[in-house]
Amino acid sequence: MNRSNSHAAGVSLVVRGLRKSFDGQPVLDGIDLAVQPGEIFVIMGPSGSGKSVLLKHLIGLEAPDAGEILINGESISTPEIAAKYRMAMVFQSGALLNSLTVGENVGLYLTEHRLKPPAEIEKIVAEILADVGLKDAANKMPAELSGGMKKRVAIARALVIEPQLILYDEPTSELDPLSSVVIGNEILDLKHRIGVTSLVVSHDRDLAFGVADRMAVIAEGKIVTIGTPAEVKNFPNPLVQNFLHADFKHEN
Amino acid sequence: MFENVGEIVLLFWRTLLALPQAWRQRQKVFEQFFEIGNASLLMVCVLSFFIGGVIALNFGPALVERSLANAVGGVVGLAIAKELAPVMMAILIAGRIGSAMAAEIGSMRVYQEIDALRTMNINPIYYLVLPRIVAIALALPLLVVFSILVGWFGGAVVAEFNNRMEIPFKAFFSDLKNLVALKDVANGVFKSFCFAVIIGVVSCHQGLCTIGGPRGIGRSVTKAVVNSIVLIVIFDYLLTRLLQQ
Repeated sequence: MNRSNSHAAGVSLVVRGLRKSFDGQPVLDGIDLAVQPGEIFVIMGPSGSGKSVLLKHLIGLEAPDAGEILINGESISTPEIAAKYRMAMVFQSGALLNSLTVGENVGLYLTEHRLKPPAEIEKIVAEILADVGLKDAANKMPAELSGGMKKRVAIARALVIEPQLILYDEPTSELDPLSSVVIGNEILDLKHRIGVTSLVVSHDRDLAFGVADRMAVIAEGKIVTIGTPAEVKNFPNPLVQNFLHADFKHEN
Repeated sequence: MFENVGEIVLLFWRTLLALPQAWRQRQKVFEQFFEIGNASLLMVCVLSFFIGGVIALNFGPALVERSLANAVGGVVGLAIAKELAPVMMAILIAGRIGSAMAAEIGSMRVYQEIDALRTMNINPIYYLVLPRIVAIALALPLLVVFSILVGWFGGAVVAEFNNRMEIPFKAFFSDLKNLVALKDVANGVFKSFCFAVIIGVVSCHQGLCTIGGPRGIGRSVTKAVVNSIVLIVIFDYLLTRLLQQ
């Protein structure tokens, strides 16, 4: 795809001492992590451990009680950051606008910000939809799509922004194993093709170990361990080991 | 309702600041405008005709018995133009359009569509709130003008064919013209513009602060309609006082 050449390199992301409480209940309790430019960083952890809340802080949908988030060394609380760096988020549900067609959803950013003429937007949308394997879906409504297709449209919508940082919130939840592999390959492909920095929140072990350059395990709002997939797999902590090796017990 | 007054005023203020963007959003304004018209026109017609009729039926015979037949057209005309058309149409639109606004925006909030807009640097006030408020502020006054005309016609039909009145059409409208000034119609239209802004802001605010799942959306819809109606009645009194001076 020609458009990929126009992407700037991925950005670095640093989180320092991030804290957030809701109604006095701490959800993030001093999160520290650093993601290198172009890296795929996966955050795993049990449900309710604060993963999605962390993502919302990174994209600016929530304000922290304490701590800071730096993109290429600049705080995301500065007003210019949104104009300077392009960030996108793929929501767990896809969060497609149900009143718009797939094509309108994918082109929404360009249309609303009037970045290109309508004919060019149509061409870009067609190219990006073809990239995610949905070239004939432009005129469909989101309600006509399967879960996996919705996720791919959400990724296409994120790609239109030509992002330097993509945040994925549970990208394979509710998907069958084949669709999960398609999404995982898409994440890997984007790293190789456009060098985007990716931060993936998931509790899908196959996805996490399949795509991660590095990963972290989070529990009760704290980072338990950070490292390469091999380092995390061998980290001698009962919580991490239980989470990574949870299985059914069959009694004969 | 009253604990949210600050937030509602803030949303109104932010929408006012966004007004210069209205032309850019004209496509969405037109879509909303026609949706309001399509959804309400027939209902407005039926409601207005019978309101006019019932006012004539209530006051007409009493006035005729007291040899005040020439006041029937004026009383019906004034009651509809200054009070009944703006208030009844506002209540109808609050139920039909305000509820739809709260449900649509509320569902977008619950299903993270509004979060998705924010991550794309698209301001939900520009994209969702502004077109709806501009559209309802244009549509409701027009519906009220239509409602006044249909209401007068309804009153005239009842006055003509009710055997306790039997006031000819021509006489009814001539009496109406003698008592109702253009200013009275303008008062009603101005009131309806204010009610439209109330319905738009209250309904969009309820939608934007929806939490929870389908039950939360249902709660927001109920609150949007009830709060709009309460504020319409309160503002009706205040505006009537203001316009009398």
